[in-house]
Amino acid sequence: MSLFSSANKEVLTGPLNLNNPVVTQVLGICSALAVTSQLEPAIVMGLSVTVITAFANVIISLLRNTVPNRIRIIVQLVVVATLVTIVSQVLKAFAYDVSVQLSVYVGLIITNCILMGRLEAFAMMNGPWESFLDGVGSGLGYAWILVAVGFVRELLGSASLLGYEIPFLSDCAFFHNGMMTMPAMALIILGCVIWAHRAINKE
Amino acid sequence: MEHLLSLFVRSIFVDNMIFAFFLGMCSYLAVSKTVKTAFGLGLAVTFVLLVTVPVDYLLQTKVLGPDCLVEGVDLSFLSFILFIAVIAGMVQLVEMVVERFSPSLYASLGIFLPLIAVNCAIMGASLFMQQRILMDPATSTQAIAGVGDALVYALGSGIGWLLAIVALAAIREKMAYTDVPRPLQGLGITFIVVGLMSMAFMCFSGLNV
Repeated sequence: MSLFSSANKEVLTGPLNLNNPVVTQVLGICSALAVTSQLEPAIVMGLSVTVITAFANVIISLLRNTVPNRIRIIVQLVVVATLVTIVSQVLKAFAYDVSVQLSVYVGLIITNCILMGRLEAFAMMNGPWESFLDGVGSGLGYAWILVAVGFVRELLGSASLLGYEIPFLSDCAFFHNGMMTMPAMALIILGCVIWAHRAINKE
Repeated sequence: MEHLLSLFVRSIFVDNMIFAFFLGMCSYLAVSKTVKTAFGLGLAVTFVLLVTVPVDYLLQTKVLGPDCLVEGVDLSFLSFILFIAVIAGMVQLVEMVVERFSPSLYASLGIFLPLIAVNCAIMGASLFMQQRILMDPATSTQAIAGVGDALVYALGSGIGWLLAIVALAAIREKMAYTDVPRPLQGLGITFIVVGLMSMAFMCFSGLNV
């Protein structure tokens, strides 16, 4: 029983690639699309979701033997809503600009299917440490898809990364493709990410 | 009256839940395989929206807002928990009604009926409503200044969502006969189709009623 046994490593790294919550399990699409027009909000959103998933998983895992089965959904929702409220207040206090950019999507982490999915499928059956690893893994699996889509959209849409303009590319007219910052391209780029992911991992 | 009409049209076409804000994507992608079930889910979502948004509006303006309960106290940080509680309660009610009056629809919606509770479109509509209370109705067609506005906004958003899911289901029914590259099949091509539909809906963005 070691903290990083191979089973635990599997729990942590599985969601990053083969069992990715966004591209394989199709969870948490809404926010994955909406916050990716630039890289910075995508990173902040990915980290917020990782933190919330990890801690919600731990809390529910600790409570799993005391909560009656019938009211577990309500308990899960309350735990998640509390964590989201905390994260949203922290963001407002320390990163106000980003929290304005994210607008309602911070609140919508409550209804992010990844959270409920992990709580139901993993935290209700496993101990706190495994659940913590699973939460971190799923959160990071979600985050890297967001970062990938955000990277492409900011690079091609405004020739900048994290708000810094890239010197050579910004002279080229193609890198100011306004289409990329529109909602429609988020869907198409995510479709392409899924295509690439499935082409690489056959099965 | 004019404001209500433009709010209604805007929330269906310009601020469409799916194509402009990506809200409710999970069930949107999963239930849009046949037109009939898609229509049923669309109606259920519209109904839940119609009830929850006005209730959340009243909660926000009469209970949570600044100086509502106690002078000098702003409780709006509690809005997430209260809104989700209202939504979860309403979804339970809708589930019982659907099970009683349309068992076939109940069976075909399956797990996605209780999942309306965590449908981002419902929560999203309440959160957008919360933002729009502060806008001035004289200058912005998006402002929500009363229960009537909240009701119209909910109806418009619901109809917009219904329209989007029925349209996608119709396309996917036809798409079953096309020859899509293997890795792109299923989810990948659906995303690209939704992207193209979203582009088509961008034409409405200059709409002024």
